[in-house]
Amino acid sequence: MPKTILAKLVWLGIAILGASAIGGIAIHRGESINAIWFIVAAACTYLIAFRFYSAWICAKVLVLDETRATPAERFNNGRDFVPTNRWVVFGHHFAAIAGPGPLIGPTLAMQFGYLPGTLWILVGAVLGGCVQDMVIMFCSTRRDGRSLGQMARDELGPVGGWAAMIGTMTIMLILIAVLGLVIVNAMKHSPWATATVLGTIPVAMLIGIYMRGIRPGRVLEGSIIGIVLLIFCVLGGGWVDHNESLRGLFDWSGESVAWFVMIYGFAAAALPVWLLLAPRDYLSTFLKLGVVFLLAISILVLAPEMKMPALTQFIDGTGPIFKGNLFPFVFITIACGAISGFHSLVSSGTTPKLLPNERDIRMIGYGSMALESFVGIMAVIAACVLEPGVFFAINSPAGVVGKEAAAAVATISSWGFPVTVEQMQLLAKEMGEATLFARTGGAPSLAVGMATIFSTTFGGTLLAMWYHFAIMFEVLFILTTLDAGTRVGRFMLQDMLKYVWKPMGNVSSYPMTVISSLIFVAAWGYFLWQGVKDPLGGVNILWPLFGISNQLLAGIALSVATGIIIKMGKLRYAWVTGLPLTWLAIICTWAAWEKVFSPNPAIGFLSGAASMAEKLAAGTLSPERAAVAPQLIIGQRIDAALAFLFAVILWIVIIDMLRMSMRMRSGKSVLPLSEARYIRTQLDESMISTGQHA
Amino acid sequence: MLSAELKQVWQYLRQVSGDDAYERYLAHHRKAHSAEAPMTQEQYFKKRQEEKWGKVSRCC
Repeated sequence: MPKTILAKLVWLGIAILGASAIGGIAIHRGESINAIWFIVAAACTYLIAFRFYSAWICAKVLVLDETRATPAERFNNGRDFVPTNRWVVFGHHFAAIAGPGPLIGPTLAMQFGYLPGTLWILVGAVLGGCVQDMVIMFCSTRRDGRSLGQMARDELGPVGGWAAMIGTMTIMLILIAVLGLVIVNAMKHSPWATATVLGTIPVAMLIGIYMRGIRPGRVLEGSIIGIVLLIFCVLGGGWVDHNESLRGLFDWSGESVAWFVMIYGFAAAALPVWLLLAPRDYLSTFLKLGVVFLLAISILVLAPEMKMPALTQFIDGTGPIFKGNLFPFVFITIACGAISGFHSLVSSGTTPKLLPNERDIRMIGYGSMALESFVGIMAVIAACVLEPGVFFAINSPAGVVGKEAAAAVATISSWGFPVTVEQMQLLAKEMGEATLFARTGGAPSLAVGMATIFSTTFGGTLLAMWYHFAIMFEVLFILTTLDAGTRVGRFMLQDMLKYVWKPMGNVSSYPMTVISSLIFVAAWGYFLWQGVKDPLGGVNILWPLFGISNQLLAGIALSVATGIIIKMGKLRYAWVTGLPLTWLAIICTWAAWEKVFSPNPAIGFLSGAASMAEKLAAGTLSPERAAVAPQLIIGQRIDAALAFLFAVILWIVIIDMLRMSMRMRSGKSVLPLSEARYIRTQLDESMISTGQHA
Repeated sequence: MLSAELKQVWQYLRQVSGDDAYERYLAHHRKAHSAEAPMTQEQYFKKRQEEKWGKVSRCC
């Protein structure tokens, strides 16, 4: 058996290499550390986990059966149910789950230093996120490709079903609001970025008309033309920026950008999808995959040094970007890079309808999330190649470090992260911006990091071009999540409102479309507006709220998965999903508790509102802050209610799952396992390999 | 030999982007329900887009 011995040696080698890389990262305390360590640590971790842990779960817990026909085969309709080549499904699934979250969350979490974030991205992904995606995909595949909400209803009961539905809709609201805020902070007072992004709208519409009317369904042609036009948008934005008379037209305040985002979200939700939403998604997907690939290559070639320390003093909760201790807030902030509840919505309902064979669940479910987590590691690297002083100058809100450049650099330097006004001015000039101070949200600092990496790798001094290309790339695919979310949110809202007034449920009625879209946009617009008005940047409030809601959805998904594993008679393996569920429940409840009840007004919403009300009454606020204070006080109280609601929903679902499990243990009746019955596959897989039309 | 591989890559790109979705639909239609007329390419494209964006198809 020399071959198996060789294989064992190779895996042993990978394990030792990975362990030494992680060990190296963890104990390193020098001036800087090379990014290659992170790439090696991540790659080895994913490889080992995929090879051994995911294989064990598939063989022992899920017992994948490759002779069993998948929903794609049984319901093949040539549209949404189609047995599709596994690598094509992998591409679709990865493109669907890869969003802006793993780029933004890890960037913000770097205020604690690189170590905690990196460890959680790796551990959280292989034991939590990947497992969640894979198990939910398995459950849905065995249930005719049903959605998470339907599975919660079928397996746990109506309580679980309703909790999943309300949870999904509220996470959508907060998600869209916080992503909108990231766009606002990237585009405000940046004529170049604003002109570029505005230019992408007619480009998308043009491609929409092309794909629908001129060359129907020719997606590749249309996308290639579109990408070329997008690059012209970046160039055109630069031209506008250098033109004194045009420049002012695109120099928008945060409020104006917020209005633009709301109008855009409404339009994309109410207009036919082929005109704006779908073509822009084609462009942003190609761009996203291309940029991620380019970034990976650049990091490998360049092997940049990371200048952020392993740990900063902000683990004590006094960080400038958001307040709160390392525990639990690093987990809430990283969110999607390690485990994202949102993925369970794609892993159920969409991808299972394409799977050619059950055995592909492992590669597509577990593998895609491992790759997504790798994107999170790249975001860590891009943030940490910046000088820490620069990182904090870009990401700290004016309300924390001061409005004037001199005050801001003095504060940041006093933390032990030296930075000068000249340095920031030079950087802003190189990036083609008036200022880079107080651009909280992660997108601009990531763009600076990417521009630095790209321009060094590919030579030349086109920093400003790379920066605005990176900004366009981020804004574009944030907009996809934003308007796709608004559209789905609109459908969900109509689905709920039909119980109040039946005609509201009619999704093809034009007035109902407009009314429900307006309600939904107004709902997330409220939170966005509150964030824009907040002198502390808004990200400090909205991102933790988003993190909690996302982890709540993951908690619901893991509860459904654990319930199903127990019902399958595999109680002894229930820890596979039960362990990440327990951790999430602790983290989520802890974070929600702190956000609601912490006596520190910078962390707790209620004490924050109370302290602001006190200052307002005492007249100690500046007139500027006093003007927005009443809005912010109400806003913080609503945020508190929402965080509380999230924790309550999570516990309702967990208790529902435990109740069901207890009944089962004591031999009482529970809802039956809703698995479809076994049908042997007739599919000849050689027929669906790439290129061979069946 | 190289051209065969390039062709494979091209086929993969077409399939993963949905460029050849209509051809696949026609092939499926011929096999499954050949009695009724298939949708035109424009109808098919529009229907698929509406279906795709009626549910969660992009994450955060």
